[in-house]
Amino acid sequence: MSLDQLYQQIILDHSKARHGSGLSETPAPDGASTGQSHQLNPVCGDEVTLRVAVDHGTVAQLAWDGAGCSISMASASVLSEMAEGMSVDELRSVIGNFREVLRSRGKVHADPEVLGDAAAFEGVARYAARVKCAMISWVAAEDALNQAA
Amino acid sequence: MAVVSTPPTLSRALPAMDNAEVLRIRNDFPVLDQLVNGRPLIYLDSGATSQNPLSVIEAEQEFYEQRNAAVHRGAHHLAVEATEVFEDARQTVADFVGAQFEETVWTSNATEGLNLISYALSNASLWAAQGRGDARLRELALGPGDEIVVTEMEHHANLIPWQELAYRTGATLRHIPIDDSGLLLMDRAAEIVGERTRLLAFTHASNVLGTINPVAELVALARSVGALVVLDACQSAPHLSLDVKQLDVDFAVFSGHKMLGPTGIGVLYGKQELLDVLPPYQTGGSMITTVTMERAEYLPAPQRFEAGTQKISQAVALAAAVNYLTETGIDRVHRWESELGQRMVAGLEGIDGVRVLGPAAGQDRIGLAAFDVAGVHAHDVGQFLDSRGIAVRVGHHCAQPLHRRLGLTATTRASAYLYNTTDDVDEFLDAVSGVRAYFRA
Repeated sequence: MSLDQLYQQIILDHSKARHGSGLSETPAPDGASTGQSHQLNPVCGDEVTLRVAVDHGTVAQLAWDGAGCSISMASASVLSEMAEGMSVDELRSVIGNFREVLRSRGKVHADPEVLGDAAAFEGVARYAARVKCAMISWVAAEDALNQAA
Repeated sequence: MAVVSTPPTLSRALPAMDNAEVLRIRNDFPVLDQLVNGRPLIYLDSGATSQNPLSVIEAEQEFYEQRNAAVHRGAHHLAVEATEVFEDARQTVADFVGAQFEETVWTSNATEGLNLISYALSNASLWAAQGRGDARLRELALGPGDEIVVTEMEHHANLIPWQELAYRTGATLRHIPIDDSGLLLMDRAAEIVGERTRLLAFTHASNVLGTINPVAELVALARSVGALVVLDACQSAPHLSLDVKQLDVDFAVFSGHKMLGPTGIGVLYGKQELLDVLPPYQTGGSMITTVTMERAEYLPAPQRFEAGTQKISQAVALAAAVNYLTETGIDRVHRWESELGQRMVAGLEGIDGVRVLGPAAGQDRIGLAAFDVAGVHAHDVGQFLDSRGIAVRVGHHCAQPLHRRLGLTATTRASAYLYNTTDDVDEFLDAVSGVRAYFRA
């Protein structure tokens, strides 16, 4: 597998754009219930603090702060863009699907219908050392959802 | 391009290594002969673990094929032979670092060696509190008011065991800070190491900065206040001529797998008068004289610290690794690696956006360089290099406090050994120069 298949354009773009980053400057919407999670990968120092705001069963906002490699940052950015507007159940299901693809070592293909831009991370599944990079914000989101919902 | 700095202690009489010799050496290392991502493997991660020459692999295999038996027990032929090669290996490794046979203890790795010292010292404190042991043991006991001193550049393995020793005994842990270039602030060291200091632990050569610390000065400081000295020789024993007696340290540790040997074997050197007084760290078979249902008497070192069945084939293989280094000439290896280290740093300094940790080009360092690439995370740098078949280490290299001090969380580290050519370094530099463009940093 070539490097370009791992670092797809969409990943490189999102690693710079960092949609949803700036947690401390972003107040949660009024009336929403929130949950926040901090995740750290001690191996490489990737770190994400992520907050979800849920309003009437819908993800109203997903904001985060983090430092890490392009895969971890892009993955948080894609997640933030996708999650807003989803129902809590829908987001949980997408997280489950993302995890299944990432942990499959390349055996389970990503369905762009389900995962949208996050399907671009399919190639990460073949790099065992990088799976945690792609998963870190999604694990944080799952944890935050459990507190908020 | 390379600035060659030859440490003054090295003999110039020996012919220097060159690329042609390195290519012959490389033939002895089967694992290096492979393609990674379609490119010939360039292995620049020997600071983490080194590769094994055939002679080491064969030594371990030969042991299992011809001599495998438990050592120090059994009167049968194989048991005698196994014991002989096991103890010959100890002598070989002891000679390599200037230690006595009895002062050379097998451990699993350097980390275990450091934990062994840490636990033996807190056991000394426990024994002393209960009136067990003699006056010499009571002198080693630590308690509130005592201080343990480390440095800011330590690997976690030479930091956390001392944090925990301080916790168990009530002693206080202090550290000697570094300057921005990674050198120890020796004037601060002179203030910090004082009459309360009971133990000074520091690395010989930094696994991140590549600096070689002023051992003599630090030992002199410790001696002036009667403190014990623990030397982490993980990054020095494999790469330069180490003489623990000449350095006059009380303890030194290193790992076999960083010096062409197998994993699972390491060495603790300790002055005999200390090892024979210290309580054991682990207890059980093979380390006792008399055992009753109530208590046991312990053998002197090294058996005192070698409870249970030992790492026999690994010890034999480590001796083969030491022989390989001795036959090549450890001083020649040191000179070659210094040249590679200088070539790396000089090259990296010339790449836009790259910041090298530790001493600048032209100043002494071992054959490694850790660096930051502006706008690109170390993990991505490592992945990019891997796509070109180049193996490096990424992360905090088990030195989080050091990285924090330098304002970083993760860096990329290239570390060379006797099987790396200047072409390897040039390929590596060429790859690094393409990193920022690829990630659009």
